[in-house]
Amino acid sequence: MRKTYYLFNPGRLARKDNTLQYTAYDEDGLPGQVKYLPVEDVADLYVFGSLDANSSLYNFLGKQGISVHFFDYYEHYTGSFMAKEYLLAGKLQVQQTQHYISKPKRMALARKFVEGSAFNLLKNLRYYQGRGRDVAVYIDQIEGYVAALPHAAAVPELMGLEGNIRQTYYAGFDRLVPGDYSFGTRTTQPPQNELNALMSFGNMLCYAACLSQIYHTQLNPTISFLHEPGTRRFSLALDLAEVFKPLLVDRLIFRVLNKKEIQPKDFVQDLGRCVLKEPARKTVVRVFEERLKETIQHRSLKRSVSYQHLIKLECYKLTKHLMQLEEYKPFKAWW
Amino acid sequence: MRIITATHVKYYHVCHRKLWLFDRDLWMEHTSEAVQGGELLHQTAYPQRAERYREISLGGSKIDFYDPHRRVVHEIKSSQKLEESHVAQLKYYLWLLEEAGVEGPTAILEYPKQRQTLHVSLTADDRTAIQQWLTGIRQLQAEEAPCPPTINKPFCRQCSYYDFCYVGE
Ligand code: SF4
Repeated sequence: MRKTYYLFNPGRLARKDNTLQYTAYDEDGLPGQVKYLPVEDVADLYVFGSLDANSSLYNFLGKQGISVHFFDYYEHYTGSFMAKEYLLAGKLQVQQTQHYISKPKRMALARKFVEGSAFNLLKNLRYYQGRGRDVAVYIDQIEGYVAALPHAAAVPELMGLEGNIRQTYYAGFDRLVPGDYSFGTRTTQPPQNELNALMSFGNMLCYAACLSQIYHTQLNPTISFLHEPGTRRFSLALDLAEVFKPLLVDRLIFRVLNKKEIQPKDFVQDLGRCVLKEPARKTVVRVFEERLKETIQHRSLKRSVSYQHLIKLECYKLTKHLMQLEEYKPFKAWW
Repeated sequence: MRIITATHVKYYHVCHRKLWLFDRDLWMEHTSEAVQGGELLHQTAYPQRAERYREISLGGSKIDFYDPHRRVVHEIKSSQKLEESHVAQLKYYLWLLEEAGVEGPTAILEYPKQRQTLHVSLTADDRTAIQQWLTGIRQLQAEEAPCPPTINKPFCRQCSYYDFCYVGE
């Protein structure tokens, strides 16, 4: 199984025959420890620290189908090196575009993404409700918004409802994490407190995980339905991430905060924004990766599949919808 | 008209849905371990044969091992499970060779793991049958052809489209 590799430290990546040679730089910027990664182990690379590399490396990665995703100091996704799009399928492309252009077709899909997202985040709230946390008011309120989804006539309206659902959900969130944290309001640009910083980082990992899976199917990552294409370059990943965030990110946040794997000291305030310190980022990535590998018994496939594979399956379902084989039903946590 | 390759012919004998998806470029094989194993088999099973056999391209199909002097096609497969489709694929190669003016080509199908060998040649009945396959394939390729349903056979479990076909909700 190919794996995602995260490069946090500054360093140099080079081709060495059929392996990748990674030389980390130490504090003084001098070459230090050298590591080798066989290419057949690498699915893709996520680069957080500054990376030196040359075009022969990228040619090599491109031929091996390995993409590289870059993030800035604040963990914002800044762009990708994508290996040649070897999987694009003409008929699917045409269908995907048509489903974007046709308003009813686009609405049908966009609504599904919000439905899936709402179902999964309600599942989180209900789980805690069952454990004696009083979040009933939020559940009721969100159910009210969900009931309004079928009546939304256009995408902006749908986005509005989605926004309301999230806002209510975050209000409930405050009751599920230790008292040191509170959302206040959700701020993204920039995240102003710990909970917001953690959520931004987690959402970014989820977005990247969706992008990786889309890339291994024939879907075009730039054509999306709920989000306007161009919101980010690969906006289809935003659509998919909507459905998976409650399971992959929000539960991770509950876990790391409640188990105190991340503590208030793991954040720093920097020019009016709150960011995670590096060791804490590594913790979050580790927990996130564990989560992606975790398996559950799939109902119709009759075998266990990982969360990561669930994202790929979602791409298959979307493909089937676009090719008019089967209507898309968003992934809803069934356990 | 869309091109018909030996893979189309093979899939036509395995599952029409698989052919329909494959023909629309919805390929899954790149992730399948089985296929990688198959490629490796070609590279390692008979290295010394490279001398006599040539790789040739005919009408969109690639024949990996063809001996032009003896007019023999060689095909190596790892498992006998889908033998019927392997034979169909070979008969299609022979038909393509005949169409290209080669007289009386024959084929050898080998399963090195099972140490089994099968000789294949083209009969008049085969030539008629191949015309029917081609018509069937063209019907599935047509723009308006709906995707055939899943076949629900034990084979599906090994098919690279299994997850795609049976993912459900
Ligand atoms: S999984 Fe079964 S139904 Fe689907 S393409 Fe493969 S053989 Fe056909």
